[in-house]
Amino acid sequence: MIVIDRVRKVFPLAGAEFVALGDVSLELADNEFVTIVGPSGCGKTTLMNILAGLETPSGGRALVDGTPVAGPGPERGVIFQQYALFPWLTVRKNVEFGLRTAGVPAARRREIAEHFIHLVGLDQFADALPKMLSGGMKQRVAIARAYAVNPSILLMDEPFGAVDALTRVRLQEQLLDTWSQERRTVVFVTHDVDEAVFLANRVVVMAARPGRIVEVIDVDLPYPRTEDIRLSPAFATLRNRVWGAVYHQETPA
Amino acid sequence: MTMVRQQPATQAGTPQPEPRRRRTVPRGVLNLVSVLLGIGIWWLLPTVGFHDIPAPPEVAGRAWELTVDGTLGGDVLASLLRVFIGFVLGVVAAVPVGFLMGWYGPIRGLVEPWVQFFRTIPPLAIIPLAIVLMGIGETPKIFVIFLASFLACVIATFQGVVNVDKTLINAARVLGAKDRTIFARVVVPASTPFILVGMRVGLGSSWATLVAAELIAAQQGLGYRMQNAQLYYDLPTIFVGLIAIGVLGLLMDRILLFAERHLTSWQERR
Ligand SMILES: Nc1ncnc2c1ncn2[C@@H]1O[C@H](COP(=O)(O)OP(=O)(O)O)[C@@H](O)[C@H]1O
Ligand SMILES: [Mg+2]
Repeated sequence: MIVIDRVRKVFPLAGAEFVALGDVSLELADNEFVTIVGPSGCGKTTLMNILAGLETPSGGRALVDGTPVAGPGPERGVIFQQYALFPWLTVRKNVEFGLRTAGVPAARRREIAEHFIHLVGLDQFADALPKMLSGGMKQRVAIARAYAVNPSILLMDEPFGAVDALTRVRLQEQLLDTWSQERRTVVFVTHDVDEAVFLANRVVVMAARPGRIVEVIDVDLPYPRTEDIRLSPAFATLRNRVWGAVYHQETPA
Repeated sequence: MTMVRQQPATQAGTPQPEPRRRRTVPRGVLNLVSVLLGIGIWWLLPTVGFHDIPAPPEVAGRAWELTVDGTLGGDVLASLLRVFIGFVLGVVAAVPVGFLMGWYGPIRGLVEPWVQFFRTIPPLAIIPLAIVLMGIGETPKIFVIFLASFLACVIATFQGVVNVDKTLINAARVLGAKDRTIFARVVVPASTPFILVGMRVGLGSSWATLVAAELIAAQQGLGYRMQNAQLYYDLPTIFVGLIAIGVLGLLMDRILLFAERHLTSWQERR
């Protein structure tokens, strides 16, 4: 369980203070799929970095299973928008990276890597270098790499932001497919309202200046999410609600 | 998992088609034509007034004589040995220093002013000082070559470390890597391309410095041979020396270029 308790983040800005996050609170149950949407600059990445342990909050605290976050940890996997694959390592070696760091023996490493490479459907590319892969494939490697160290939480910051619309839809379906086989708590940041609704069981809508949560919308659509669901009136209703919450925010001047 | 079949394996590895060239003459052929043309012009020069310039056959003859009596081989060996020792010492010293500068702020603060200062001095300008302090033996020559390769390489290594993508470091951290692992498994490989470029620049600079150093003080070596020939107006020998320097420099550069291509083939090139 993740508890975000009045988390605040202030950056110094030209002698003054810039409040990137102002007292954000949120609780996530285990194996939830929560998406965070909001205009750019509302502190989504900052919140993710705090959860990942890459940044420390200026106030408040983030707790994972009751323990305050202090630095990155193997129970929290992170997937970055820029893929962040090690370009000198093959797909397999990338996926094995965290396992090697943890001192897992070679044979076991290979076995685990094989499993997750298969799970994201890249068996044929196990020995390819990242430069040979398309953007969508790179992101699937990143997902396999995060999964390989067996985190209980996956933090994904606009992971499909840089791929084309068609590939994005397939990646969403594939991610849900992977998630249904290997349940984890997922926090998924996006600025795409359709994506937010399609993936989540809860959509968190944020606003900027100061970065804050304005609405949390439950998505009571069943999994597995199919194309029928994407085209259903219920989906459209939810999408419109989230859209309204994101684009009709009162922005303080 | 529908995506697997939609990505044909052939599409992945194939290089992008090169933009169409207007002419279809291969570049290698053009290079050869250019070299032959150059030699042709050289051949003509003595006949159109530049009587002092030796024609190619004369130079080739001299090259043959110098090869047969062992002079050329000895000179080449002496020069290569100097450059090799100085260059290797320079690289071996520069890589750790560059890494330390890039990784630890205080070390950068302490070392950088000196590196920047010595970088503005051409290594050749150190020769008078080196000769006074170290005598006219091998030491001052190797020292200036060391300096030339060290300065080129230390800057490149440092730049390489500073330029490591921050997201890659974060990616390693969230996968459980601590500083030491991040250094060995992210920073070192990520800066390799920079280091190799630095080595190439350093080798070029070493070679140039060496030949000049030999012009000033040496008993053997290509620079010395040319300097000696100058005293006797022996133009063919000077030409042999020049061509040997050029060919050897080109060869060394190509070897490093090959190593660079090979070691950094993971890079996305465009
Ligand atoms: N290191 C930093 N220093 C100063 N300002 C920052 C820093 N990181 C983020 N910010 C600011 O905080 C705000 C929120 O940033 P971010 O979390 O990246 O937003 P989002 O991901 O929602 O687009 C932005 O206005 C950004 O300029
Ligand atoms: Mg962001």
